[in-house]
Amino acid sequence: MIRINCPYCGEREHSEFTYGEDATRTTPDNDAPMEEWNKFVYERDNPAGEHIEYWHHAFGCRAWLKVQRNTFTHDISWVGLPHENPEAES
Amino acid sequence: MGQYNALNIAWNALRGHKNWQRAWRDPEPKSNYDVIIIGGGGHGLATAYYLAKNHGITNVAILEKGWIGGGNVGRNTTIVRSNYLLDGNSPFYEHGMNLWRDMAQDLNYNVMFSPRGVMNIAHTKSQYDTFARRANTMRLNGIQAELLSRDEVLEREPIIDGSADTRFPVWGGILQPDAGNARHDAVAWGYARAADQLGVDIIQNCEVIDFIKHGERIIGVKTNRGDIHADKVGMAVAGSSSRLAQKLGIRLPIESHVLQAFVTEPYKPLINGVVTFGAGHFYVSQSDKGGVVFGGDIDGYNTYAQRGNLPVFEDVIAGGLTMMPCLSRLKLLRNWGGVMDMSMDGSPIIDVGPIDGLYLNTGWCYGGFKATPASGYCFAHTIANDEAHELNKAYTLDRFAKGYTIDEKGMGPYPKAH
Repeated sequence: MIRINCPYCGEREHSEFTYGEDATRTTPDNDAPMEEWNKFVYERDNPAGEHIEYWHHAFGCRAWLKVQRNTFTHDISWVGLPHENPEAES
Repeated sequence: MGQYNALNIAWNALRGHKNWQRAWRDPEPKSNYDVIIIGGGGHGLATAYYLAKNHGITNVAILEKGWIGGGNVGRNTTIVRSNYLLDGNSPFYEHGMNLWRDMAQDLNYNVMFSPRGVMNIAHTKSQYDTFARRANTMRLNGIQAELLSRDEVLEREPIIDGSADTRFPVWGGILQPDAGNARHDAVAWGYARAADQLGVDIIQNCEVIDFIKHGERIIGVKTNRGDIHADKVGMAVAGSSSRLAQKLGIRLPIESHVLQAFVTEPYKPLINGVVTFGAGHFYVSQSDKGGVVFGGDIDGYNTYAQRGNLPVFEDVIAGGLTMMPCLSRLKLLRNWGGVMDMSMDGSPIIDVGPIDGLYLNTGWCYGGFKATPASGYCFAHTIANDEAHELNKAYTLDRFAKGYTIDEKGMGPYPKAH
């Protein structure tokens, strides 16, 4: 069972959260070439291992969180707010 | 190795079944092949079989990192159907239905294809209307479809809760009468044996570590059992597609997600065909051994783990019990997960490239099992002729950039939603 340590609420279980998406994608500029937009909309790194992603504490405080989770083991190594990054923490 | 037939069984029975030979060889990899197929799952095995049978290309190796039947081909809920709506999908899956019907004879292996009907249940008038549209579209595409009244649904599957005060009363249904189930392991073993008999080398415990390139062209693969060269390399590694493509610096329009499946202890006949719940995500059938086999939604987060989590487990079971309350008395025997290539439009990719010498077969979401024969048939054609077959010409990798997505559910580029 995945448990996420929400910065506002403390550790809560999986069923309180919904998954967002890969948090490392950045929106291209409005006038960026089509190719860049295509990559942004459709292509994914989809890493096997550490993945930085958004989760929504939908059935809790309703905050969006940024989470670093291993896609093999489901171990969560870092939880922060959307504007934070795991590198900055360490 | 010989054919399997009644005489053969009798002859071996008289000798205490001591003389059966292994169903396929266990060859050492050669250093050179015409075609390498990475991935010895259903699709890879079917591809090798049709390369040999339809295109005369027999100098083929299948490289499987585990063992035959250990991946998604042995982890699905064995449902075979072609009740699709969109043009890119319908002819492809219906061609697959034709291959399913003849598969046991063709492979000389009993794949236990059982066209017991796939019935989707509608719980509202508007849902029934969309089913009517789907049924009409299917019929126009030459696929069998019937609309069922509430009474007809309950007559086909008496254990469905037909009471008026249930949370989601049955309104009606749609039936594809010639769809059904097949024995998934037998499909893998049947294709493996038939491909092997045509000269294909099936190499198990052989993991591809990297690709060998000459200039901009792929000319082979590095494996844990040495370098193997080939003119053409086909990838049929659903669940690991992004990881393998990453070695070539390719980002695919794919996320990996886990789908759970469940089976109960064997029981007396309880469910006649394949049934899906319309007010949640739950699909169920009963295996020939008696186990009630069912599944539901993917877990919904990126993962490469072949196991899921409990919230979805509970959700699937809740859906099932709402539709068929008597299932609550059954004992669950096993639960497992398989890693899916969830594509950005819910449809697969069978294409040449994107690098010379490479061929892609990926993005099956959680509909890969039914597609096994059609996928192999089309992928073999694509590899042999360096261009798509009429049936898979819509399944290109560049359809996303060009705006020709095939989005059955109309969900957009959100893989977890397909």
